[in-house]
Amino acid sequence: MSTVSVGLHQRSLDWRLPSRGRVGMWCLIGAETAIFTIFVVAYLFYIGKSVSGPQPKDVLHAPIFYSICLLASSLTIHIAVRKLVTGNIAAFARWWLLTIILGGTFLYGTAREWVHLIFDEGLTVSTNLFGTTYYSLVGLHAFHVTMGLLALSVVAVFYFAAKLRHEHAERLEILSMYWHFVDAVWVVVFTVVYVAGV
Amino acid sequence: MSPTNIFTPASTPAESIFGLSIFVSVTVTAIFVVVFTLLAYAVVKFRKKRHDDCSEPAQVYGSIQVELAWTIIPILIVVALSLASARAIASIQDAGPPPGALEVIVTGHQYWWEYRYPALNIITANELHVPVSDRAHPTPTFLTLLSADTDHSFWVPRLAGKTDLIPNHPNRMWIDPHESGLFLGQCAQYCGTQHAKMLLRVYVQPRNDFDRWVQKQQQLPPGATQSAALSPGRRVFEATACVNCHTVSGTPAKGLFGPDLTHLMTRDTIASGAAPNTPQMLRLWIKNPDAIKPGSKMPAMGLSDPDLDALTAYLDTLH
Amino acid sequence: MSTTTIALPEVSTASRPFTLLLHDWVTTVDHKSLGLLYIVYALLFLVVGGIEAIIMRLQLIRAHNDLVSPQVFNRMFTMHGTTMIFFVAMPLLFGFANYLVPLMIGARDMAFPRLNAFSFWMTALGGLFLYFSFLGGDGLYGAGGAPDVGWFAYAPLTAKTFSVGHSTDFWTLSLLVSGMGSIGTAINIIATILCMRCPGMTLGKMPLLGWLNLTMAALVILAMSPLTAAQVMLVVDRYLGGHFFDTQAGGSAVLWMHFFWIFGHPEVYVLVIPAFAFASEIIPVFSRKAIFGYPVMVLATLGIAFISVSVWAHHMFTVGMSSGANTFFVLSTMAIAVPTGIKIFNWLATMWGGKIRFATPMLFCVAFLFQFLLAGLTGVTLAVAPFDWQLGNSYYVVAHFHYVIVGGILFTSFAAFYYWFPKVSGKMYNEPFGKLHFWLFLIGFHLTFDFMHIPGLLGMPRRIYTYEPGRGWDIWNLIVTIGVVFQAAGILVFLGNLIWSYFRGKPAGNDPWDAWTLEWSTSSPPPAYNYAVIPTVRSRRPLWDLKHPEDPDWRYE
Repeated sequence: MSTVSVGLHQRSLDWRLPSRGRVGMWCLIGAETAIFTIFVVAYLFYIGKSVSGPQPKDVLHAPIFYSICLLASSLTIHIAVRKLVTGNIAAFARWWLLTIILGGTFLYGTAREWVHLIFDEGLTVSTNLFGTTYYSLVGLHAFHVTMGLLALSVVAVFYFAAKLRHEHAERLEILSMYWHFVDAVWVVVFTVVYVAGV
Repeated sequence: MSPTNIFTPASTPAESIFGLSIFVSVTVTAIFVVVFTLLAYAVVKFRKKRHDDCSEPAQVYGSIQVELAWTIIPILIVVALSLASARAIASIQDAGPPPGALEVIVTGHQYWWEYRYPALNIITANELHVPVSDRAHPTPTFLTLLSADTDHSFWVPRLAGKTDLIPNHPNRMWIDPHESGLFLGQCAQYCGTQHAKMLLRVYVQPRNDFDRWVQKQQQLPPGATQSAALSPGRRVFEATACVNCHTVSGTPAKGLFGPDLTHLMTRDTIASGAAPNTPQMLRLWIKNPDAIKPGSKMPAMGLSDPDLDALTAYLDTLH
Repeated sequence: MSTTTIALPEVSTASRPFTLLLHDWVTTVDHKSLGLLYIVYALLFLVVGGIEAIIMRLQLIRAHNDLVSPQVFNRMFTMHGTTMIFFVAMPLLFGFANYLVPLMIGARDMAFPRLNAFSFWMTALGGLFLYFSFLGGDGLYGAGGAPDVGWFAYAPLTAKTFSVGHSTDFWTLSLLVSGMGSIGTAINIIATILCMRCPGMTLGKMPLLGWLNLTMAALVILAMSPLTAAQVMLVVDRYLGGHFFDTQAGGSAVLWMHFFWIFGHPEVYVLVIPAFAFASEIIPVFSRKAIFGYPVMVLATLGIAFISVSVWAHHMFTVGMSSGANTFFVLSTMAIAVPTGIKIFNWLATMWGGKIRFATPMLFCVAFLFQFLLAGLTGVTLAVAPFDWQLGNSYYVVAHFHYVIVGGILFTSFAAFYYWFPKVSGKMYNEPFGKLHFWLFLIGFHLTFDFMHIPGLLGMPRRIYTYEPGRGWDIWNLIVTIGVVFQAAGILVFLGNLIWSYFRGKPAGNDPWDAWTLEWSTSSPPPAYNYAVIPTVRSRRPLWDLKHPEDPDWRYE
């Protein structure tokens, strides 16, 4: 047996530090915000600079219904997490699945819009600057929604496997921070693409 | 002495920069001397003595007064330097062309320079000719900088600071050389394989010489007025890919990708300054460009020796 | 205050088969092992990047030299810059942060150990991926050869039109991958520092190294993300036919410059702030005094970080911005000299009145102070936009930033190597060889980088594979190349010293420097769990309090 001497002041004191999950998620959100900022700047910078092809005002229609779905999902995920905190697992599951459905609906809306733009309007990434910036920005957001939905679905799988318990509430709260962020980004993307850009 | 020394300015923008640079250099040198002395003093004075008692020195944790001093003094220096810079920026950047200024459009291409004088109807390459500008009656030259491909930068240190040539982003700069002579420089923004041999030559000429040069450039060269039937070299030139890239005014050669060759023989150098313009070098350049400038966009033409000789002879008539 | 002794289980030191050892290193999530992996990886790439520099210097030893072709030279400077920034400096500093931060804040590991391993392997594979570009070779059409677009890869040179083949793809994808690793590490460092400090260590009692790495990590998040976004755009352009930087379809080359330098300038501070951290730990210990003006040092660091995100366009004074924009960036760039100056003065004041011991780590720190002073002042000359119109993109700039990166960051990193080597290995390094390394490298550094300023002043642009005779550049380039010989010799002595001392060095003991921060209270090398009992601290120098119970620091803080 070896020994070490411990000479530092031993004293019990009330020592609380922030949760590392929460801090980590805030940092991730910070990094993602910077990434989205660069894409938004590029979008704004290139508004009206396309030398050819369809212009935004000719082909874009604001997806109001799908946007409402996504924004509503922020509310439902918040309620779901509250239910888990109070230990009501069944209610949690209902609200959680509703969130997944709302997020899925939003993605379906994006997909429909893209099908329309590609096949009816002939707008692709390589058509013009509008196509490049539009698909990149909206696509980047859709990618984040997809990632979020995957994470939400993993939780759903755990629920159906009856592995989800009250003590997971904080982790899901952290996951919901990410989801709120994705929703907030949509507000910016919507404003830039469908309001300022047309 | 270096022909590209930034401290021997010969034109107003370079002179303003030189004046400012002396002010800045003196200031930072003074700061350097003061801080260096303090550091050297501390290092020598406070080194551990040989017969030290091994006790710890007095612990000092900080001092607000001292911190304030070495915050405020640097702020004052920074403000002074910024104001001086702002003045120089405005005087160089915001100067507009006076009447009588010469306008030249400079287009950067991968590894060579194209110069157009719109008012004089001249197109030439690689060697820029401008008149001397008298201090009393300045006749500056204003350059509009464009790029045909990647980024380049126009830098003739004795005449002015550098300005980039960026596609889709026209820039302006100006020079007003006070003495005649040849001023050297080169591309200062990495533009591809042969960035190193994209050299700049600016010929500053007394007014009369410049006018003669202009007159010469505006005429057709003897080689273009001769009938093609009489010149086997011209036949080679016009029957091969040369014409895809090069222009010779007054002939069917109208290519725009490479330098205009109408008055090739009035230039001292070829390949953007990479080689002297002698028949031997010209022949080598056509035969094997990589021997002079590996990676340049000029292809090896694969001509027979008699064709090469004829072509070189034809180019020799473009003066 | 009591000293208790607790028993620990014996750790088997019997040698393990190589495959098991390899398995341990590949699967480790321990912050110390990952830190060492980062550092060893960075040292390997330091040698590779150094060889690239040597090839360039040999080519430029005289006018019209033809040792290498322009194509090879262009690859060398692109790979040298990319390697040294992304695969030497960043991993080296991340490695030190990984190793030291948990130890110095009294934690047992980073906040997210598995994310830590993931980040390391992303960085490592990113670097290896970059070097796979050499294997493509010239023979296969379109298969590449190494990237040759310069380390800031200005558009439109990176467009398919001008960069056919895949070399630029290797460049952009490797930075995309390693950039994600860097963001992961930055998140980890922040979460570790904010959430894992030992009891009693409020933010105001954290060692400066903690504060500086916290700031560095925040800057990585702010700076690396825009680079990642820009790389995604470049990938969209190159693979999907997008037009972000396609000047023929209305795209903007200048936009890439903005995006790159929004990353590029804070990146300088990402690298130099950890270097400041080493100096801030080492100078007090070898001067035998507490750091002077701790709160001011913290504020100055935050000030540098804050200002550093608003200065990027000083890299773009020659691209034709408006005179108003140029003036703004002159002012903001110069403003950064103020907090930087405060730092130099505080280190000076720390030495003032001390009893300075010139062991190798302190020698490197003192040289750093002189060199960083000069680097900062040449930085001020470059901040003056009109002066920059002459100096920008010349060898003067190359000399300036090597003064910062080699004279500042590498010198303090060497100091850190020697200072923490006893802690990491449990062995003392060889002091005479450490001093030999210092003097060789000092001479080489000054021969190379002092004289490199001069051809810049004489009009020599950077990134040229050869130059014309008769411009007055030849003699300076010769001297610069000679300096490289000394630097290379210094590096060899350094690596030899590390390896020799690791196997043959004298046992170092827990606290060879009589230092004051927590890492010196545990054994050398530290056990996997760092601390058998999580320590509790009352001041910034817990070991000072322990060694001087009659006059502890917490009375004054």
